Amino acid sequence: MSTSEPNLLYSDVEQELRASVRQLLADRCPWRSVLDRVSGPGDPAEAADLALWRELAALGVAGLSVAEDLGGAGATARESSVVAEELGRAVAPVPFLGSAVLATSALTALDGREPVRALLADLAAGGRTAALAVPLSTAPGADFPTLVRAEGGTLHGTVPGVADALTADVLVVPAVAADGPGLYLVEADRAVRTPVVSLDQTRPLAEVRLDGAAAVAVASGRRAADALESALVAGAALLAAEQLGAAEWALDTTVAHLKERVQFGRPLGSFQALKHRLADLWVSLSQARAVVRNAAGALADGSPDAPLAAALAQAFVSEVAVRAAEEAVQLHGGTGFTWEYPVHLYLKRAKSSAIALGTADRHRARIAELVDLPPAP
Amino acid sequence: MTPSTGTPPDAAELRRRVAEFVAEHDPAATDQTEFLAARFDAGLAWVHFPVGAGGLGAPRALQNVVDAEFERHGFVPAGREGLVIGLGMAAPTIAAFGTREQRDRFLKPLYTGEEVWCQLFSEPGAGSDLAAVGTRAVRDGADWVVHGQKVWTSLAHRARWALLLARTDPEVPKHRGLTYFICDMTAPGVDVRPLRQITGEAEFNEVYLDGVRLPDSLRLGEVGQGWKVALTTLMNERVSIGGRPEPREGGLIGIVSDLWRTRPELRTRGLHEELLRLWVAAEAARLTRERLRQQTAVGQPGPEGSAVKLSFAELNQRISGLELELLGVDGLTYDDWSFRRPDGPDLLGRGAGFRYLRSRGNSIEGGTSEILRTVIAERVLGLPAEPRTDKDVAWKDLPR
Repeated sequence: MSTSEPNLLYSDVEQELRASVRQLLADRCPWRSVLDRVSGPGDPAEAADLALWRELAALGVAGLSVAEDLGGAGATARESSVVAEELGRAVAPVPFLGSAVLATSALTALDGREPVRALLADLAAGGRTAALAVPLSTAPGADFPTLVRAEGGTLHGTVPGVADALTADVLVVPAVAADGPGLYLVEADRAVRTPVVSLDQTRPLAEVRLDGAAAVAVASGRRAADALESALVAGAALLAAEQLGAAEWALDTTVAHLKERVQFGRPLGSFQALKHRLADLWVSLSQARAVVRNAAGALADGSPDAPLAAALAQAFVSEVAVRAAEEAVQLHGGTGFTWEYPVHLYLKRAKSSAIALGTADRHRARIAELVDLPPAP
Repeated sequence: MTPSTGTPPDAAELRRRVAEFVAEHDPAATDQTEFLAARFDAGLAWVHFPVGAGGLGAPRALQNVVDAEFERHGFVPAGREGLVIGLGMAAPTIAAFGTREQRDRFLKPLYTGEEVWCQLFSEPGAGSDLAAVGTRAVRDGADWVVHGQKVWTSLAHRARWALLLARTDPEVPKHRGLTYFICDMTAPGVDVRPLRQITGEAEFNEVYLDGVRLPDSLRLGEVGQGWKVALTTLMNERVSIGGRPEPREGGLIGIVSDLWRTRPELRTRGLHEELLRLWVAAEAARLTRERLRQQTAVGQPGPEGSAVKLSFAELNQRISGLELELLGVDGLTYDDWSFRRPDGPDLLGRGAGFRYLRSRGNSIEGGTSEILRTVIAERVLGLPAEPRTDKDVAWKDLPR
């Protein structure tokens, strides 16, 4: 148990970063444009906005956790967490989680040698993106995945539900060789990537099939497993921040609607039955904020409590974010059920995110292990 | 004491003053009351209060610095449980609205613990709707004569003084006809009777006021301004945020977690699921209090304070309910139904059955959870108020 609590506040620098990301998203990613991207009949990959991603990269968003000598910002999970809040608030269809968090965290956990260094520099610059080839539902603490086999420098296997793989240039693939687990880099066009029709269209998924794709081993054994685990822990902590941002949008938008909408001769927001639901939701969000800051702080401080803090964040915030989105649909009434209004984008994002990187139930089970509350026999 | 002029002290200056104070008054060798009296005189009781009223006119956030410094020098005052109303509510109200004479008379013995305070607010007919109180105070020469009944009054049986909200004008709408007094609990006509609660003990009282004469010098604030003064008291009636972080599993969840760890034969799958849900909720609530503590320490308290009491009540109730179920046959027992008079609330002591029953009061005392939700919805989220039928009606004409 840690003796000092992480700093749970936002620094001035973090708030400045938030303001610049929020401004860019307001200009370049209003909800109408997100809705347009998912409304066409085209390829699911077209939902991803890579032009926006390059503009975000120019603000440093793609390389926040990459070292400065590789062109990154050399920042911590605290800054990444603030950016994730803003991206969630805008349901921005950019490969932040897959590339800048999951793939990048796996790579930065390795000691910086080539070709990892060059790849990290490209990822930080936004010139290329990467994806971590695991099912997005994989939870931290799970056994090392065995979906892919490595044989003589080639990979074989199929991975379902990989986030941000359709637009990725490089895949970071956990695979098992005769001598144990390893992490491998594969040029994405060497894999067969089949688009999946995803519940959350703003986070495109693909099935990734590897039929003897040429791969470069970058880590093996314990080092590979640890790198994958640290990527999943960072992913869980930062996904919670994204969920917080989306939940805040849902609450803010619902409050604004209830102040405006008049029925029975009074604003809907004056009815106590509705006020109390929103008050409870606000209480949950204020708690979610503390939990999210705690997870980001624990990661940033390199605390041994980081896996617990990340599990707590997912166990708590997933349910709050889903509730916020479901309440937003309900309390917008008929409007909330239409395609033309953006609330459904947040519901789909919230429900998908509650499954991503492990359901709340799996995270509670992890907490039980970490704090010694063993299950019943 | 010489009133200081110029800028109020900063954190470094306060640390220096505490060190100097402790050098002159060895905490280990000085009687606690004497020590606290001297601390009051040095302006180190409440540094944000005015000079002469136990403070130095410093920013409120620096009080944490002073408390932490005294603690570091080995001074942690004991036996302060009975002083929550005096320290938490009477002191800020008197500091804000008291005359010079009232501050001089009341603040120091309140701080040292020589005089206990209670709060005569709630009545049988005015609970959540506090502004509807019907206890009457009628002017009679230089005095006021008070008739009425108050309930849910902690500490009344030990109190020397009380904060009293009374109606002085029934002809105007309820918020406008109130006046705030300091009530002498030793005055003739004050009758304190224990009010037995569902726990079996009498932590609270009912107080009958039958022709109690209070001199006008005990009025706090202007005649008819009682609601404004009461709001200051109520703003301070909240779960106080301490100066130091709480440890993980520091509260009730720690008791139940340890029970789970040490009694494997009690474990079931359903209770495991519930325990984990509550562990997560309790840890989230603890981190929220920690975040609020950090905000307060840098002088930026957020509106999260109003969320803290709401979740505290709900968690205590759910966790103590789980504890009873987990205990199985032992959960059918109760430690002691005898009629006791405790000094203050004991939320973690005694048996599991007591904890379960006492926790039911957490969502009623100090503002019900329903009122708190309305406060959050209107003051934090800015949602419109419910239409009100009582706002412009004279108090005497309200249905009751």
